Amino acid sequence: MLELDQVCKTFNPGTVNEKTALDHLTLRLEAGDFATVIGGNGAGKSTMLNAIAGVWLIDEGSIRIDGADVTELSEHRRALHLGRVFQDPMVGTAGDMTIEENLALAARRGERRTLRWGIKKGERDKFRELLKPLGLGLEDRLTAKVGLLSGGQRQALTLLMAALKKPKVLLLDEHTAALDPKTAAKVLELSDKVVEENRLTTLMVTHNMKDAIAHGNRLIMLDAGRVILDISGEDKKKLTVPDLLARFSKASGEEVESDRLLLA
Amino acid sequence: MNFFTALLAQMPDAVAKGLIWGLMALGVYITYKILDFPDLTVDGSLCTGGAVAAVIIVGGIPAPMALIGALIAGGLTGAVTGLLHTKMGIPGILAGILTQLALYSINLRIMGNRSNVSVSVDEFPLMASIRYPWQTCAIALVFCIGTIAVLCWFFGTELGSAVRATGSNPNMSRAQGINTDRTKMVALILSNALVGLSGGLFAQYQSAADVNMGRGAIVIGLAAVIIGQVLFSRVRAFGGKLTGVVVGSIIYYIVIALVIRLGLNTNDMKLISAAVVAVFLAIPYWKSNIAQKNHRRSLAAAAAGQSRRAENA
Repeated sequence: MLELDQVCKTFNPGTVNEKTALDHLTLRLEAGDFATVIGGNGAGKSTMLNAIAGVWLIDEGSIRIDGADVTELSEHRRALHLGRVFQDPMVGTAGDMTIEENLALAARRGERRTLRWGIKKGERDKFRELLKPLGLGLEDRLTAKVGLLSGGQRQALTLLMAALKKPKVLLLDEHTAALDPKTAAKVLELSDKVVEENRLTTLMVTHNMKDAIAHGNRLIMLDAGRVILDISGEDKKKLTVPDLLARFSKASGEEVESDRLLLA
Repeated sequence: MNFFTALLAQMPDAVAKGLIWGLMALGVYITYKILDFPDLTVDGSLCTGGAVAAVIIVGGIPAPMALIGALIAGGLTGAVTGLLHTKMGIPGILAGILTQLALYSINLRIMGNRSNVSVSVDEFPLMASIRYPWQTCAIALVFCIGTIAVLCWFFGTELGSAVRATGSNPNMSRAQGINTDRTKMVALILSNALVGLSGGLFAQYQSAADVNMGRGAIVIGLAAVIIGQVLFSRVRAFGGKLTGVVVGSIIYYIVIALVIRLGLNTNDMKLISAAVVAVFLAIPYWKSNIAQKNHRRSLAAAAAGQSRRAENA
């Protein structure tokens, strides 16, 4: 369960570049909710995910995960509760380290790093089993440097790493935006599978309205740093792109062209 | 043949220096290559290690204990740079420069406000001395092998892996729950502890700690790292790479011996060192530029050939 209560964040306050990125944003995800997040450029999608992840402190409001207040917890302390996949495939993994080393780092998320071996004996078999279902042949390349993998392979690996410790919340930040359409579809499919198998509470930011409609049980639309649409259940299943655009215009009180949302 | 015999006679000294400074180069490898943090503390911490060791030995305490003191003192200097960086938000290079500057005064204080403290092998049982270069080589070699073994172990542990991850991708590291401030501190302390140890041995070797003994150490460390990297470019094993660093340090001192034999002024050594390191640092950049140009030319040539064939046909 994830609760954002009246979260505010302003960047560069008091300067000409002042930008209110989150404006009293309130959102509550129940355990097992899989919400897709859409909105135009600058609507606050990524900012919301960064606020949850603790990349910086929010100005006002509070963030609770499973009832525990994490508002002032530093990024690495919060990591125990969170799995994250980023837009840039380079960001989610350590390129100079091997596949098994990356997985071993993720397997110790939230634990104290001690002077025990970085990878235990039994772990390799576990990692191999984990990688096999991807069908990418990574299970035979455990000692290959991650820097040698393609963007799609790196995202798939990051996704596995994010889910490895069964996080309380999974944050997917446009994690298919940098991939070609075919690879993006594969990674999305894998995301669905990972979320379902682990019953993860998930927030998935996307620029693609079709994806936003097709995946998850909830759809959240942000505009100017607040939630302007929150559609779930049967409503969401019946949703179409024109529907969504019409509802966006109504909610935000302005006419929009689809490109502003789709391409922004 | 006089030239070669004279050069050969200098080999024990060059190898001994190379091995002793190899310990420092291993420290530089930790910050520069693994943590991706160009740490300039070493110019100061090398002398700190030397000064502490010399003062302890002069105080009548056995040399091995003095080296432990040098190790700890070096580690402390790394901690200072680490705190400047992580707790005060000072950029890495600047944090190192500040510590290095401050250490100049501290090193003078350690030596009782003198610019050098001499430790003669006649008065004290030292572990290294220019008078016994082969014995020094043996001892320094043991230190290098031991250090490489410890580093291989450490960087295989959970904490060591976290340090490597921090150097490779700090954002990812934090997302995986790694306290990157802590891992940076660990690496800086470990690195400068080795630099201090190296200084402690070198002070004994040259039978004095001198406030200027660390000047330009970072450049020598980088030279060793880069020479090792070029020579051991095919080696993938971590231990092999570390061995390359020590070998690089030895080669550096052999080259220096050669240059001095050739009659160059030793005052020009720093200039030559800087030039050599600059060239080695530039090589990857030049290589990539030339490769890009060649690739473009070969594509253009292929296209021209194709259109000519099309015309003929």
